[in-house]
Amino acid sequence: MGTINAITQVTGTGVFVRGDDIDTDRIIPATFLRCVTFDGLGECAFHGERFREDGTSRDHIVDQPQHQGASILVVDENFGCGSSREHAPQALMRFGFKAIVGGSFADIFFGNSTTLGIPCVCMESQDRARLARMVQDTPDAEITVNIDALTITVGTETLPVTLRNSARQALLSGRYDPLNQLIEAKEKVAETASALSYV
Amino acid sequence: MRPCLASTLSDPGCDQYTSSFCGRRTLGKSLFAKVWDAHEVQVMPNGQSQLLIGLHLIHEVTSPQAFGMLRERRLDVPYPGLTFATVDHIVPTTNLALPWEDAIAQKMYEALQSNCSDFGITYFGPGSGNQGIVHVVGPEQGLTRPGLTIACGDSHTATHGAFGTIAFGIGTTQVRDVLATQTMAIERPRLRRINVDGALQPGVTAKDIILHIIKTLGVKGGVGSAYEYGGTTIEALSMEERMSICNMSIEGGARCGYINPDDVTFEFLKGRPHSPTGPAWEEAVAKWRKWASDPDAEYNDVVNFAAEDIEPTVTWGITPGQGIGISKCVPSPDTLPEAERDIAEEALAHTRFIAGHPLKGQPVDVCFIGSCTNGRLSDFRAAARLLKGRKVKAGVRALAVPGSEQVDAAARAEGLDVIFREAGFEWRLPGCSMCLAMNPDKLVGDQVCASSSNRNFIGRQGSATGRTVLMSPLMVVAAAITGAVADVREVCDVKTL
Repeated sequence: MGTINAITQVTGTGVFVRGDDIDTDRIIPATFLRCVTFDGLGECAFHGERFREDGTSRDHIVDQPQHQGASILVVDENFGCGSSREHAPQALMRFGFKAIVGGSFADIFFGNSTTLGIPCVCMESQDRARLARMVQDTPDAEITVNIDALTITVGTETLPVTLRNSARQALLSGRYDPLNQLIEAKEKVAETASALSYV
Repeated sequence: MRPCLASTLSDPGCDQYTSSFCGRRTLGKSLFAKVWDAHEVQVMPNGQSQLLIGLHLIHEVTSPQAFGMLRERRLDVPYPGLTFATVDHIVPTTNLALPWEDAIAQKMYEALQSNCSDFGITYFGPGSGNQGIVHVVGPEQGLTRPGLTIACGDSHTATHGAFGTIAFGIGTTQVRDVLATQTMAIERPRLRRINVDGALQPGVTAKDIILHIIKTLGVKGGVGSAYEYGGTTIEALSMEERMSICNMSIEGGARCGYINPDDVTFEFLKGRPHSPTGPAWEEAVAKWRKWASDPDAEYNDVVNFAAEDIEPTVTWGITPGQGIGISKCVPSPDTLPEAERDIAEEALAHTRFIAGHPLKGQPVDVCFIGSCTNGRLSDFRAAARLLKGRKVKAGVRALAVPGSEQVDAAARAEGLDVIFREAGFEWRLPGCSMCLAMNPDKLVGDQVCASSSNRNFIGRQGSATGRTVLMSPLMVVAAAITGAVADVREVCDVKTL
């Protein structure tokens, strides 16, 4: 809540979840939205793909032993499309992901993730394919996503990433949760509302 | 005519399709710019805008945590009169008597009621005559009015853009922000104008227009953009049809979508419970007219479609962009652009529809008419006209779920429920129902559903192996009668519609 902790970089091991257009229903199926808190959502991330209908594991990549503890999720294009449910980034965060690297992100998912302090950085497809290969071949390799320098470093290799400037500024300044700033403008809000005859 | 895609390549575009971007010194303003500028409280240090929200709609799924955050920080709701609530996603559609079979759903339902009562928010509950899917309720109450900024913790909030509003789907933390401050932080999107011109063929509906647009521009074609829909085809649509189009803007990746307000808009709003009356009505209409885009408004790009190119459209895959005209064949992945091949293969592995063959004739198990896309009175009227005297194919489960209690009451008053029941449909109580299957209405196993809803995502309708074919309500009727995906123009007399 209203943290002032700047996020300048995220370091950890990675896991690559393949596929374009992974929607938020796949990230967290609607049945798990039947809740009044976000607690416990982590176990439900990618549920339909991780478990069969009888509850047995499908041995999804995120459940494989070599990727246990991974905190950097590598994905493809248009990740997080569909529903605006914040339960999606909440589930990923609670599963243990601290940053997401992809080709592109759906707008609402991107905004929801940034507000939670989860950087969603974009990578050109060739670099991303390279990163995905490294993550698969060397699952214990430490990856650093640098929000300030806009790079990803794996071992001796450094690759460029992009991040919308507003999100980068919000993360670097630690003001990715905007509530305090919004509250501070209370008087200006009242002026705008009054000019529009809302109050 | 091929749509002009060249203009989608760069931002801001400056090419032959960019109607007014180049060569003029002063440009008019779009509705988007007018509404945004009027609601912008300030530009924040990171470059986002703090935007005042004129209407905030909430429901039981994405609001409880937001109220929890308010309580944790001891924050109040300073503008409770600008937030309205209803319950839609988790409501059972068979029997609302308490206790509900799903205790968690009941807890969410009760949490919304007590949150609204604690913070002084108007709540449209079941039995009030005003409950329903939040995007059906806002317009029918006259709460959705031209020139507003609207936010709701639901991605289909873009629906309200049909009235010349800019309406955003938001996450729960943003719901908290709007409750606590009546504002939210958001980056200003670019603006794309989408023109659809000409006359639609009989049997082709607003749903087909938007499915056609999404299949052409792609599910991420709109990322970072607001869509303004216009042109003679759009202008000729009713408000309910316009809502179906704006509703699915998000499926094309757009942040929001809207249509400029006109006499059709004002006529719809006249006499609604929250609409102005007497002299205030005329004043309101005069004000609303001014929000519309100027004729020389500035757009980042313009895309053109011809109505005559659009046929009844169905989806064959797992994204709303994977669509085809009903006369066409399911594409073979190797014939698609490279970027679409992997997802096409994934889609066909899931749906097991056969590449190179038409979807027409594919047997269906379930037919669903409802949702915030197509659960309005005009949808049921049109469907009933085709369904009257016909029967749902034996073995097909068919559900009609009105979008709101008002839709339900109006449909019953016209005897539409009887037509549906006599044909073999179940006529249910209002709610989101099988669009996202958060209530007991779910597909079972790998059932195929002909659905008037908005998403064919894997697992969307409640079964991880279920298969959804998106289509218009008319096409759902044709599927229900024949027991297979069908061309409504071949099954029914669409000329009488």
